[in-house]
Formats: sequence, C-alpha cells, structure tokens
Amino acid sequence: MSTTTAQWTGIVRKRWDALVVVSICLIAGIAVPLLNVLTPERSVFHVSDFLLTVLGKLTCYAIVAVAMDLVWGYAGILSLCHALFFALGGYAMGMYLMRTIGTEGMYRSSLPDFMVFLDWKALPWYWEGFDHFGFAAMMALAVPGIVAFVFGFFAFRSRISGVYFSIVTQALTYAAMLLFFRNATGFGGNNGLTDFKRILGYPLREPSTRAALCAITAGGLALTYAICRGVTTSRAGRVLTAIRDVEAKVRFSGYSTVRYKLFAWTVSAVLCGLAGALYVPQVGIINPSEMQPSSSVEVAIWVAVGGRGTLAGSVLGALLVNGAKSWLTAAFPTAWLYFLGALFVVVTLFLPGGLLQALGSLSHVRGLLAVGAGRLTHKKRAPAPTSVAVEEGQKPDA
Amino acid sequence: MALLEVDKITVSFDGFRALDSLSLSLEAGELRCIVGPNGAGKTTLMDVITGKTRPDSGVVRFADRNITNMPEHVIVGLGIGRKFQRPTVFPNHTVFENLELTAHGDKGVFRALFGGISSETRMAIERTLELTGLLDQRFRRAGLLSHGQKQWLEIGMLLMQQPKLLLVDEPVAGMTQNEIERTAEILATLAGRQTVVVVEHDMDFVRSIASTVTVLHEGRVLAEGPMREVQNDPRVIEVYLGA
Repeated sequence: MSTTTAQWTGIVRKRWDALVVVSICLIAGIAVPLLNVLTPERSVFHVSDFLLTVLGKLTCYAIVAVAMDLVWGYAGILSLCHALFFALGGYAMGMYLMRTIGTEGMYRSSLPDFMVFLDWKALPWYWEGFDHFGFAAMMALAVPGIVAFVFGFFAFRSRISGVYFSIVTQALTYAAMLLFFRNATGFGGNNGLTDFKRILGYPLREPSTRAALCAITAGGLALTYAICRGVTTSRAGRVLTAIRDVEAKVRFSGYSTVRYKLFAWTVSAVLCGLAGALYVPQVGIINPSEMQPSSSVEVAIWVAVGGRGTLAGSVLGALLVNGAKSWLTAAFPTAWLYFLGALFVVVTLFLPGGLLQALGSLSHVRGLLAVGAGRLTHKKRAPAPTSVAVEEGQKPDA
Repeated sequence: MALLEVDKITVSFDGFRALDSLSLSLEAGELRCIVGPNGAGKTTLMDVITGKTRPDSGVVRFADRNITNMPEHVIVGLGIGRKFQRPTVFPNHTVFENLELTAHGDKGVFRALFGGISSETRMAIERTLELTGLLDQRFRRAGLLSHGQKQWLEIGMLLMQQPKLLLVDEPVAGMTQNEIERTAEILATLAGRQTVVVVEHDMDFVRSIASTVTVLHEGRVLAEGPMREVQNDPRVIEVYLGA
C-alpha cells in the first residue's frame, strides 16, 4: 500500500508544526530585537519600540495558547480559567517588580505605594521573599501549578467533565477576580500592580531591556512548544487523546485517567504562569481585569481559530486573533467584539479543524487538481479521499 | 478446579426473576457459548460476573476467590475482560496504537512519558495483529475500519490486557457472512489458550465455533453440552431452536 492521504498530510503537518513555531521564535527572539536595537531609527529595517512590545505581548499569548491546546486540543478539557493561571504568574512577577521600586515610589516609602495609600504599616507576610527575583520566578510557576493541581484533583476525581467542568473553571476565575479586586486582599485592588521601574537592575524603559525581554519570551515559547510536543508525541500523549475520545474505555483499559488529566492540567497551568510572568514586565501592569471570564474565553477562541490539536495552529491562532485585535481596536474601537463573535461563529461552522486544517485541505485540493490535469507522471501522490471507502472492501462493482 | 464458578445466583428486578438460582461452571481454556431467547438472562449473567449488577443471593467465584460483591474495576484487575456489544475503539489512533494503549504493563504517567515500547509488547502486538487479521491495517486510523474490523480490533485490545477470562457479548451482530466466518475462526483459535465466554443469538455462528453450549431459559440453565446434543434436546427445540 502506498502512502495514504492521511499519512501524507500527516507528514506535511508534522513538519509544518515545528517549522512554523521555530520560525516565529527566531523572528521574535532574534530578528526583531536585533533590528530594534541595532538599526538606526530612520532605516527601513528599523522595528519600532511599539511593534517590539506588541510582538512580546503576542508571544506571551502564544505560550498560553499552546498550554491551552495541550489540555483542550489533546485531552479534551475545555478550561475557562487559563487567564487566571496567567494572571497568577503575572502577579508573582509584579510583586517582585513592586519590591524593586524601593523608595522611588510616589510616597518615597519602602512599602509599595498602594499600601501606603491604605495606611498599612508593614508588609503582609505573603509579600515576604518577593524582594528576590528567584523566589518570585519560582512562585510565578508554583502558585498556578498548585492552584491547578488542587482544583483539578477534586474536579477530575469527582468525574466532572465536559461543559460542567468549563462552567466550574469559569466560576473559579470569577471568584478569584472578585477576591483580587478587594483592597484588603493586598494586591493593589482594582488598580493592581504598576509603575514598575526595573527588573534585575535593568531599567524597564530602556529599549535594550525590552528587546531582551522579547527575546526571552520567544525562548519561553520555544521551551513551551518543546515540552508540549514532547508530551503529545509520547505514549502519554496518545493516552490523553484517547481520554479525549473515549474516556471510559481508557479507564477500563487500566489507566487512572484522573492522573493523566491532572498531569496535563497542571503542566498547562505552570506554562500559563510562565507566560504571565513574562508578560507583566513588558506591559508594565497587572490588575484583576486580566482574570475576567471573557479573557479565558478569548484563549479558547485563539486555539479554535488556529486549530485544536495542532500546537503550531494554536500559536498562529493567538498571533492572528491578537494581531487583528490590536489593529481593529485602534481602527474600529466599537466593532472588535462583533468581529470576535463573528470569527468564532465562522470558525465553528465552517472550519471545525481551525485554520491550519483548512490550509491542509487547501493543499489537498491543489493536489487533486494536479491529478485532474494529469500532471502526476513521475510520482505516486496521495489518492483521493473517496478511496478511503473503497479500500475498506466496499468496492463498487467495477 | 474450575476457573469460574457461578453458584445459585438469583437476581430479580421488581419481582421479575431475571436469574433464578442459576449455577454454571467453567474450566480454564474452555470456549463456552451461552445462548437463549430474549429475556433468558444472558446479559444479566454477564453483568453479575463483571460486578455491574449485584445478585440478591448466590456466589460468584473466580480463580478460587469470591468476587460477588467486588467493584467493577477490581474485577477487571483480577483478569476478567468484557467486550460489549457495540465496538468501542479509539477512533483517532492507529490500529497499532489502539493495541499498544491497552497492552498489559505499567499504566503510570511517568512511564508513559519517558518509557518506550518494550520488545515484548511489540511482539504481543504483532501476534494480536496476526490473530485478528489486521496486519495490513496496522497504520490505519481505527475510526476508518469497517464494523467487523472494529469488533476484531476490540477483541485484540482485550487480549492485549492478558485477561484470564474473556467475556464477549454478541460479537457477530450486524456482521456480514464473511465477517461472521472470520470471527468464528478468531474465537476458535483462542480455544485452549484463553478462556472465552461468548453470548450469542446467531445459532449458525454458535454451531460453527463448535464449543460447549449452555442454553438459558427464564433465568435457569435449560441444557448444557456439545452443540450436537443440545440441538436435539426436545426442550431446547421447543423454547428456542424450533422457532
């Protein structure tokens, strides 16, 4: 049997996947930062500081999208609280950035400005340790991980799944948002944490610092992709997709599906924490509105647009939708939500496999046209999709 | 000593006796067919053995252990595999991966992440592919298989778990004549190596696998023995075969 269509497109897609992500990482990690720092401002090759920041932000979103794809596209768990994990990572990094302001704040106090404003005299106990970058970075990963693990343990063990799970996660992020809005919670209330000055001694206003942050974020995306690809191509990845398709059968086959789901769920949350920690120094603020349920819904839309179950697709989805958002919210401020809604409807109705699969079938159509034109003389190409039924032994009487 | 012993099991649903003090015994390596008209209690018997239904009275012993009130997954762990009527395979995995996923071995997350596939597992998969006649379908997505192929794949998946006892519920329902013959061959190959219980309506099929037959009627064993004898039993002809 020659290579079938499915295998052929499978091979193409496998290479596409890595190719797309590696080139995005190279652009965001090396090309753009270098063009920003090294070229003079008048040069046609110069990348503006604005564009650099936008790209850094988009790369953070791409990390979240890959993490989301791991749980949704592969394990079939639709999370509506990935923005919460992202924000928790962001807050941990924000706390460090607040502490490095030192006495340069508005009130010249060693306490963060909002604490002085609230008339607090001492640092709350849970702010201890955040003077150190290493501790803050660790917490940026650990806190989302622990929250996800504990929540996931009870949810998966009680066999909450499907839409019920999604609703509970949405309630979780909403509750967290209300908690963080309170001034007494100790994270700056609705203003959040902002007015950062420097990271590890480097001023955040400096273009070179921003270029470095963008490059590091691209490294983070590469790492995220490598981890998720490693998981999805291992046997554990095959177990996860099996759970997505027929969970009961996986259970009957002797697997503890709770452990597998919990593993993917926790890894995904940790990666979101990483993205949040990289995001906050670049945008300069973190506040509870990041935890809005709608933010998490947007993450699901990025992945759906790009293509569930293709890691590169989710990266492309995050970049495209957010790129469009940056442009449309500036050009037509009131139309953005209509556009987002329309996009979701169109993708759900017409491109259930997302953009990447649509591109794949496009190249497939081209292959068919080539067959029609009789151009296939030297090479056996993929057979037409209709031959699938024929192969199964339901041969029409010829 | 019998591998499976069902001793005076009674199950009633709202006063209706689905199983009425039913006893049955099965030797290791045996291929047993259980037949009987609708409502005879075939499926209820399977449910009791696998722990899905709790009997009102009676005992089920498996490999010298009383398994009567054990939870389902523990019974699976002891080595009783059940194939339900509707085939359930992993549609987006290849035939090979389907067998790999159900293979006997460490099912932990860590091993699944970092461990490769062992040569024993690979060989077991090859043997199962050959047995089920799916060798040339190994790289095919299981969702694309025909109904019959899916049933064989699922039997293969159960075999990969190395069960001591395999329960197969109506395997040939909805199959073509060719597929039925092929299924009979597969099950007949297992006889002697694997203890199998087949619940089936199709008398031609039961005849073709030529095994010991137990005929159930109204929750009791009506007759038991080789197909040839059972076929000629006047009581059996009256309630079932005569139709």
